[in-house]
Amino acid sequence: MSSTGMERLLRQAREIQDGELSKFCARITKLLQQQDSGAEAVDALQRLLLILSATKYRRKLEQPCMNLLQTTLCSTTAPPQLQLLCAAILREMAPVEGLALTCEQAHNSHTLSLVASVLLAQGDRQNEVGSVGRHALQLLEARPPEGPGPRLLLPVLSKVVSLSPGILPEGSWFPPGSGEGLLWQLAQDRSHLPRCGTLVHLSWLCNGGTVPGPADTQYPLLSSPDVQPKTCPSCPRSPGGPAAPEASGLAALCQHPAGVSAAPWERLLCSSDKPGLVTEVDGSVATDFFTVLSTSQRFTEDQRLNVLVFSMLRTWLLLGLPAGLTAVEADDRSELEGSTQSVLSAASATASRLLPPQQQLRAGAFEYCQRILEQSGRRALRRADSDLQKACLVEAVLLLDLLCRQEPSFLYPTLPCLKALLGRLGGDPKQARTLLPVARFLLSHGEAAAVDSEAVCRHLFTSVPAELFPCPMLAFELVQFCRDSLHILGPGLGLLKPSFPNLLKLLAWHSPALTSEFVVLLPSLVDAGTAVELLHALLDLPCLTAALDLQLRLSPMTSEWPLWDISLRPTSCLEGFRDPHFQPLFQFLLRSKAAGSTLRLAPLYRLLQPLAGCARVFQCAQAVPTLLHAFFSAVPHVADAALMSQLALALLERSGSLFPVPQYEDRVHRVLSTQLLGLCRLRPALVVELARDLLGFAGSVSGIRSQEPMFTAVVWAAGEYLTVAHDRRCTVEQVTRFFEALEALLFEVTQSRRSASPPQCQPQVITVLMTTLTKLASRSQDLIPRVSLLLSKLRTLPVGPGDEDTDAVRTRATELTNLLKMPSVAQFVFSPGPEANSSRFHRDATTALPLALRTVSQLVDRETSLLPA
Amino acid sequence: MRPPATSPCLGAMVHAFLIHTLRAPNDKDAGFCRVLYSCVFGAEKSPDDPRPNGAERDRLLRKEQILAVARQVESMCQLQQQASGRSSVDLQPPSSSDEPMSLHDAPHGAFRLAAGDPFQEPRTVVWLGMFSLGFALVLDAHENLLLAESTLRLLARLLSDHLRLLAPGTSLLLRADRIEAILTRFLPHGQLLFLNDQFVQGLEKELSTAWPL
Repeated sequence: MSSTGMERLLRQAREIQDGELSKFCARITKLLQQQDSGAEAVDALQRLLLILSATKYRRKLEQPCMNLLQTTLCSTTAPPQLQLLCAAILREMAPVEGLALTCEQAHNSHTLSLVASVLLAQGDRQNEVGSVGRHALQLLEARPPEGPGPRLLLPVLSKVVSLSPGILPEGSWFPPGSGEGLLWQLAQDRSHLPRCGTLVHLSWLCNGGTVPGPADTQYPLLSSPDVQPKTCPSCPRSPGGPAAPEASGLAALCQHPAGVSAAPWERLLCSSDKPGLVTEVDGSVATDFFTVLSTSQRFTEDQRLNVLVFSMLRTWLLLGLPAGLTAVEADDRSELEGSTQSVLSAASATASRLLPPQQQLRAGAFEYCQRILEQSGRRALRRADSDLQKACLVEAVLLLDLLCRQEPSFLYPTLPCLKALLGRLGGDPKQARTLLPVARFLLSHGEAAAVDSEAVCRHLFTSVPAELFPCPMLAFELVQFCRDSLHILGPGLGLLKPSFPNLLKLLAWHSPALTSEFVVLLPSLVDAGTAVELLHALLDLPCLTAALDLQLRLSPMTSEWPLWDISLRPTSCLEGFRDPHFQPLFQFLLRSKAAGSTLRLAPLYRLLQPLAGCARVFQCAQAVPTLLHAFFSAVPHVADAALMSQLALALLERSGSLFPVPQYEDRVHRVLSTQLLGLCRLRPALVVELARDLLGFAGSVSGIRSQEPMFTAVVWAAGEYLTVAHDRRCTVEQVTRFFEALEALLFEVTQSRRSASPPQCQPQVITVLMTTLTKLASRSQDLIPRVSLLLSKLRTLPVGPGDEDTDAVRTRATELTNLLKMPSVAQFVFSPGPEANSSRFHRDATTALPLALRTVSQLVDRETSLLPA
Repeated sequence: MRPPATSPCLGAMVHAFLIHTLRAPNDKDAGFCRVLYSCVFGAEKSPDDPRPNGAERDRLLRKEQILAVARQVESMCQLQQQASGRSSVDLQPPSSSDEPMSLHDAPHGAFRLAAGDPFQEPRTVVWLGMFSLGFALVLDAHENLLLAESTLRLLARLLSDHLRLLAPGTSLLLRADRIEAILTRFLPHGQLLFLNDQFVQGLEKELSTAWPL
């Protein structure tokens, strides 16, 4: 349906009056009471859902209708289609005050699942989350007959613990050795699960199966014998010698679905729920236990559970365990490593049954992850499966990370696996995203993995962004990785900071999605060594976008769609990109590491001009002011005197040298001027130290027009901070030199203003110039006659009709003249000491400041009224 | 002092799924961004609000939250389309609906929502544009994005196949039951599932039996 058609339907739904709705409710009530209302009821409920969801305001349904919706939802005979719609309607209305629906009304898994979706939407005002959790547990513990029960309820529990971690009674998942609790029970009594199902089912999470299976498995990732704890105990290659033939905790994990075992077909045949032949994603027959990466023509109920359980495993391990078991501080780890009984050694022996359930769960999860790592190396036949392999790999590494935090003895067998994994993934650009959790694992497990973590971080910060920056998801994940890993990067932070030119490529290409991420990340990238270069790089960000665009146009196509704007044909730019004359500049702009110095890119601005108007460059330019503010927020924490003056000089220089994107200069100028004043406020001595540069900048008329905000800021800073009060080194000569330069400038500006009809510069600029001159004069009284003369000329500026600007200039000139008549007051007003900032001066009416201000304003007011007409 | 070891991975589920309209960039006549379907899997805890009509305000807030996500997805998608120079024509379905859809080249992306804006918890949004429809998953901040991305593609593909979204004259507005049926199977209670291709086919067969086209 076209968007106008949908818009019309939505409008109709919104415009339905209360009266019509209540009639419609009556009709629905009648339909729901009939036994076989079928399609008509479905259609009516669809419409009701649309009416409710089309508006954000509440619609009132008649009570009988509300009641029937709830009854139908809980009915055991209603068609599933109707029940789904009833649940959707009640959820759409949530939160509903006085909802009669409770978990007690749901007597089977299917209904409870639907009721839960409604109750969990209520916002937990009546502790619905806990109630849903308890009922789901009860239903699961009631050992329902064979069927999809657990499969429907486990996601409910998963949602419950994620909404409210720790809400389930402690021990309900993992009781300490007792025969109670969900997982324990499922493990103990698996009569409802097909015993001969070949595959791992829920029970393995808590307790291994009891059917030993011979194995002939290779574990390519576990090369050394001491890291083969996962080997099936009855496996002939088991390193620990002949294993006990009886029940083993891990036997179920190593059950072989087909072909290898002596009697697999018997087991298959006796299953009530026969699975198809299980294969790997590459088409070969599976020789190890079933996982989410095993495929089959037909999936059994336990295989479906297996998929579900792996999907939920991280939530369970994180939130389902009793508090305190989930977080092991790194500092405590060494102690634990020494003292804890190794889960692995225990798990690989027959003693596994004696382990507490949490540890059995972890041992099982560990095995599963190992198998996933092995399976993810196979060449998938279908594209969807190859995507799934990557997702599984990420999940397995996240799980291993979690397991190693919870149980440090897993760390030693895990590290070699991850090293092998790194070797496999490192060179493959398609696997870049799966490297991120591996890197995170290596980083968070400290010294044990220091060498590898440094290597993988280097790879992630250099070639990955340089080559793969156009991928939006990779860009987001990599930046998120940097942002979230700041606190664990350690020596990696030393790698991250100089890699900013590479990270900025991601930002330059995906500025809308990544700007807010960089606002958080940038302050951590700023340090004394990188600050100036980073500032230049930020100002050149739109130019970088344009250069990346050219780089992509000249590289072989990697996707079906071009990633750039094909309507633009920047032929001259492309030629320039190859031109040896510009090569060094492009190489510098596209560098992957901080160079330690900066090159002036002005020649590139001209070359890349044709790309300045393209949408991506424009979007990036819009983000720069925000990024500059984020950058400067970090400056006070890292900058010393020398760095501040370098930054101030960079601001002065760059305000006249920016890539000419429409509106870019104006917006950046505003930020630069604010930040320059900010730097001066932080360190007033800057003005004295940089007096020559500031004078050079302010002394030219051209600056007034093209960089007005910056010019105003410089002039204002001179008036504010060029005084011995801020820096003893300030001399009368400096003040005089500034005064003379600005005096000449003001004269020039106002004269041209007199002669030329369109105003040459803004009245703000004139008033700032006047004020600064007066401030300087108040500090060096020889200058007072000169400034008074200048001001008196401005007081007599001719006024045009409706010329409010000139009025403002004249008023300010009069005020300043009057103040200068009392030099001591003028000095106090224009150069108040630091004590003027203390609150006492503002609160206490008897202190000098309010008094002085009152006197001054009286004087100023009186004299203003005497202005010549 | 390090932060608690588990802090970066807390929460690993989908908070909401939504479908909304995507207007072509610069199309001033296309009305507003409309949410066509949304499903929140377990609401965030409601604030203790003693004033009357607290529930009503709560619902209003939730609707606004979902709309805020939809608008942001729309603008992200528009900006991405503009940046790659794709015209609004690409937002229209192909003239013949027999053409196989390649969702791998559809505009897509992810962005983060800070805590409090608009949800209480920080969230990550993964989105996908398919012609004039936007699909988005609002995730807990540290969900497995590779899985979320492929799940979103799968949902978009299933919805377009089973609701015949591309055929003229069909509307998803009056077919919520079918959307619900797809979600309960492929995203039960917001749980992302690791489904391999064969498994998806099995579930799809089951879906087609229960909800014939």
